[in-house]
Amino acid sequence: MNFKKLALATAATMMVAGPAMADLVFPSLSYRTGPYAANGIPFADGYADYLTLVNQRDGGIGGETATLLECETGYNTEKGVECYESTKGQGALLYQPLSTGITYQLIPKATADQIPVHSMGYGRTSAANGSVFEWIFNYPTNYWYGASIAVNHMLELNGDDISGKKVALVYHNSAYGKEPIRTLEELSKKHGFELSLLAVDHPGQEQKSQWLQIRRDRPDYVLMWGWGVMNQVAIQEAANIRFPMENFIGIWWSGSENDVIPAGDGANGYKALTFHQPGGDAPIFADIQKHVVDAGLAAGAGDQIGTVLYNRGLYAAMLAVEAAKTAQELAGASDITPAQMRDGMEALSITEAKMAALGLPNFGPEFQVSCANHGGPGLGAVQQWDAASGTWSMISDFSGPDLDVIQPLIDEDSSAYAAENAITPRSC
Amino acid sequence: MVDFLIFLEVVLNGLMAGVMYALVALGFVLIFKASGIFNYAQGVMALFAAATLVGLINGQVPFAHMISAITGVKVHHFGWHINAFLAIALTGLVMFALAVVIERYILKHLVNQEPIILFMATIGLAFFMEGFSDLMWGSELKALDVGIPKGIVEPLDEATFNAFGYGMYIDWLDVYATAIAIILVVSLTLFSQYTKTGRALRAVADDHQAALSVGISLRRIWVIVWTIAGIVALVAGIMWGSKSGVQFSLSLIALKALPVLILGGFTSIPGAIVGGLIIGVGEKLFEYSIGPMIGGATENWFAYVLALAFLIFRPQGLFGDKIIERV
Amino acid sequence: MFYREAGDFKTSYAADGQTFPISFDKARYFFVLFIAFIIIPLVINDYWEKSILIPFLVWSIAALGLNILTGYCGQVSLGTGGFMAVGAYGSYKLMTAFPDINIFFHIVAAGGITAAVGIFFGLPSLRIKGFYLAVATLAAQFFLVWLFNKVSWFYNYSASGQITAPTRTVFGIEVTGPTAEPWATYLFCLVFVFALAWIARNLTRGRMGREWMAIRDMDIAAEIIGVNPLKAKLTAFAVSSFFIGIAGALYFTVWFGAVEPTEAFGIIQSFRVLFMIIIGGLGSIFGCFAGAAFIVLLPVLLKNIFVGMLGWPTDLAAHLEFVILGGLIVFFLIVEPHGLAQLWRVAKEKLRLWPFPH
Repeated sequence: MNFKKLALATAATMMVAGPAMADLVFPSLSYRTGPYAANGIPFADGYADYLTLVNQRDGGIGGETATLLECETGYNTEKGVECYESTKGQGALLYQPLSTGITYQLIPKATADQIPVHSMGYGRTSAANGSVFEWIFNYPTNYWYGASIAVNHMLELNGDDISGKKVALVYHNSAYGKEPIRTLEELSKKHGFELSLLAVDHPGQEQKSQWLQIRRDRPDYVLMWGWGVMNQVAIQEAANIRFPMENFIGIWWSGSENDVIPAGDGANGYKALTFHQPGGDAPIFADIQKHVVDAGLAAGAGDQIGTVLYNRGLYAAMLAVEAAKTAQELAGASDITPAQMRDGMEALSITEAKMAALGLPNFGPEFQVSCANHGGPGLGAVQQWDAASGTWSMISDFSGPDLDVIQPLIDEDSSAYAAENAITPRSC
Repeated sequence: MVDFLIFLEVVLNGLMAGVMYALVALGFVLIFKASGIFNYAQGVMALFAAATLVGLINGQVPFAHMISAITGVKVHHFGWHINAFLAIALTGLVMFALAVVIERYILKHLVNQEPIILFMATIGLAFFMEGFSDLMWGSELKALDVGIPKGIVEPLDEATFNAFGYGMYIDWLDVYATAIAIILVVSLTLFSQYTKTGRALRAVADDHQAALSVGISLRRIWVIVWTIAGIVALVAGIMWGSKSGVQFSLSLIALKALPVLILGGFTSIPGAIVGGLIIGVGEKLFEYSIGPMIGGATENWFAYVLALAFLIFRPQGLFGDKIIERV
Repeated sequence: MFYREAGDFKTSYAADGQTFPISFDKARYFFVLFIAFIIIPLVINDYWEKSILIPFLVWSIAALGLNILTGYCGQVSLGTGGFMAVGAYGSYKLMTAFPDINIFFHIVAAGGITAAVGIFFGLPSLRIKGFYLAVATLAAQFFLVWLFNKVSWFYNYSASGQITAPTRTVFGIEVTGPTAEPWATYLFCLVFVFALAWIARNLTRGRMGREWMAIRDMDIAAEIIGVNPLKAKLTAFAVSSFFIGIAGALYFTVWFGAVEPTEAFGIIQSFRVLFMIIIGGLGSIFGCFAGAAFIVLLPVLLKNIFVGMLGWPTDLAAHLEFVILGGLIVFFLIVEPHGLAQLWRVAKEKLRLWPFPH
């Protein structure tokens, strides 16, 4: 037992010697290692670089320095919980769990500890119901909305009629991958398309049978909820069987440079959903170059700037900083608490004027969060890959999901959660 | 006729997927035969080899991230590109160096230990290399292109379409993988049958003690075997890496090789090939025909269940050495 | 000097056969129990509970279970993750189906269910041996995880397939759910660990344990002297799975509170438990605890040193963590292939005479 005691004693001293309390603390539960590292690195870089930029250029948020507390999860739930427990005592204002598994862990824990969680475009969809999930936010959009936006895109391409069309969903066989099934089933009833489901087991390096099934059934559209190596293999296989890539639509986690580059020219025309602009053209990137990269403060090697996932991290940080500013206005003080941060997130309003002022014109959708609606209107867009120039470009405007179908599902799921956990929904 | 072609298509693709599994399984067999070690690190070796290859081709600076974190110097690329074949040869040298290091610092100290201890040591090695590989080359996704064509085999597609009205699909990458696997197995067989070293290798596989007593250096043999396994890992890494890019998940292909291994027998090279083919066809046919009825994603467990079913009848695998037990 | 065995005289076989025949050992044992049951609950906080102590306790139970199978009976299994999933889903179904029954019984019953599943997947062990068996048990691993992912009945038809543990109490004190106090969940797990370690210790030195060890050392020879291999192997699978099932149930109910099978019970967990028992020492109860402590605490410790103290980038720290963990595993195996338990034994031998070795 002496080894254990030694280790515990050393660990205890480590804990005491942790970083000092800072002004506005934003933990980043990043994953720069493990099976999904390739996707985690750009996101974490973008998140860190934006906070650095705010500190360098603006002197912090309302005069308070924003401190980034990075903690490595390796996309592993166990480590994620350890990260949460070790950072929550240091004044953490807002958690971005960056994994569906960790989000589900943090929903009850953060609610009990009264720290807001922002799962942007992932996590539990019904958390959009703010009266049940007081501390959980998932604006600007989520998986169920995403499924609906993809179906809307098909409707648009087919003159609002997709009855009798065949749609296949290729999904990661996990909680994440199963998210859109319910919504798609409801939508297939409404619009009369035929839905077939193809599960791919983790990690997804071998997908021959799934794509042979697609080749046999010849669906008109293929949707994909994939992650990690599954994306690259699926896009490669789709190119191999010469599936028309413009009819292959991925969720936003299946639409980064990483996913399409290994397939080379074959990936040309592949589409993916998004809720922010790809590419490095926005004026803010000049500021990042000047204040962050040239100052030698960039979080990564600098080669990720402007990639889809980097921009997503940047966008997440921007929303966090804007929410903190809103919270500061509401509280009338610059040093805010997690509870005030929550109020700021509930009052968050992103307008075109605001984004343009930040150097991010037309970067994401305009939206408004409220006490009852933690998910925003759920706007998203479609982007397409051009293999020749190696760029993603948006091919549609931000548009909303079919709330007639999804709102009842959200209400049903959130009230089931409320009943299970004996939560009385607050009135908004 | 079309139904038959579709069936044939699944079988052919299964066979070729099986070859890809066999490529990984081969590395396990070589090491197990020569030293009785179940080398869990084989998958990570494939990842390391592929990452090294990409790093060399692109002129990436090793340990760039660590260097910049410690000294603040930011260099990521040497600025040159090496020819793919030269890079493959250099990676082969790296794998040889790795084999020497493993023999020198791990195996030498663990002679005569129980198999499970040796197995555990390779797990430690796998951890080490996983971290080391990421430190050295970074954990970003890296595209690997050594000039192997990918995509549908058009002549076959056109021929079958013209003849029967259904174009059959086979991936060029799989065709090349099959060809390379055949070359690899043939040259391994020739090597072990007709060279002095090869004969020494077989002697060691038969009986360590006897081999030692006729003057064969066990340590030299181990270096050779681990080098060959490293090169096999490199080939597997190139094949799988061309398909999905070089990334961490490459190390998980070992899991696809394990059922192949027990089905074919740990000690047989033909076993690895035949086992791979059976598993490949079996899991593809099952997923394709029965999978949709029970929700799909069956391949992972079905491969193991299939192997288990064979094992019930032949506990040493199809081609494994007969297990003789004495009290 | 620091470890005395002189002066202990025994006058009966019962006294001589006790677990801690040396009074110094016994005192130390009670001291550890005192710390564990009285002192730690007074000082525990959320971080220690969720990141260090509960993981340590839960993995200790799993390691005890696997050590019975692998260390005592010689059957290598890589199905641990799958069996833990059975325990977790078993407890979930029981908790939601019979909310009025105390959670304590649900967890024990979940262990029972896992034991039954374990016996079924243990059947091939009668024919398959060694690494062939190890790989064959992976069939259980992958199949069980797939099953819990696919069949919605197991997760009560929830939208995402996650299962969430409802809040349950023991003696009116919450032990599951987000608002449970750290000391309550800790003590709840500790009671299980204590009871199971006691059972494991006494089973392994009884008739059953001796049969297992006979099978481990040479199964044919054991059969000849009258050990029934069918009974011995299947009881080992049953007892081992019972332990692992309880570990899985606690993992889900007390530790995490919400899990999905793919990640939480993946193959990596099976390997982890195997690491623990090999590093700790095969066939040693103490080794289970030492191994669990090593595997659970070392990464946390390294992370806190690299990131917390030295302020290195997190990814660099994580890579180095792997390098060091791997290096240490190899190092320990070279220095002492029989695990930390053997190191401890050697240390005791040394301490007996220290500082006057002659």
